[in-house]
Amino acid sequence: MYISVQHEDFDISAEIDRLKNGRIDLGAIATFTGLVRDIHGEKNIKKMTLEHFPAMAEKELAKIGKKANDRWPLQGLTIIHRFGELYPGDQIVLVITTSHHREAAFNAAQFIMDWLKTDAPFWKKEETEAGTHWVDAKTDDDKKKDRWG
Amino acid sequence: MNILYFARIREHIGKSSEEVILPDQVTTVADVIEYLESLGNNYQNAFAEPDLLRAAVNDEYVPLDYNVSNADELALFPPMTGG
Repeated sequence: MYISVQHEDFDISAEIDRLKNGRIDLGAIATFTGLVRDIHGEKNIKKMTLEHFPAMAEKELAKIGKKANDRWPLQGLTIIHRFGELYPGDQIVLVITTSHHREAAFNAAQFIMDWLKTDAPFWKKEETEAGTHWVDAKTDDDKKKDRWG
Repeated sequence: MNILYFARIREHIGKSSEEVILPDQVTTVADVIEYLESLGNNYQNAFAEPDLLRAAVNDEYVPLDYNVSNADELALFPPMTGG
């Protein structure tokens, strides 16, 4: 499991290569990339600042990764989450799962993202023409996590 | 007790951490919050919506009725919005 909390951008194909690493037994690689959008509701976003809890962030991502690993037969797993000042189009988060078959890779990646939304200690602040505001947590995100039981 | 604040709560209080000596009657995270509210309006504003309050003690998430002491490090923050 490769976990990183970083300000720097990440390179998706380099991260896939890190998991493949010459292996020929992998039947499936699923990747999810979260990006900063330029619109939230009707407001144009100029900048997004991600605050995080440094002492807990990597540890919590690793816990979420372990939950996924315990639940599906994964061969490899990467979670990268950025913090700091980001701009529309920038990458925020990357999840890669590898498995012998697609179902485990797909489901584990979605599970990780659903958990990460509510349990990873990051907070988004958006800057628009109208000023800056903290993004509210969505109750819908709790439901998405809870559906996994 | 060392207390860390994040995001909206940090901005209301006006600092990211502070050292607080807990009064004897304070035993839970909720008691700490009640005590902090007695220190000023900025704290009352920070904790105005109890539903939007989360806590961690020594880097583990805990419910607000969790017991704490001066030796613990407490973190207070709103619901997370990562991903």
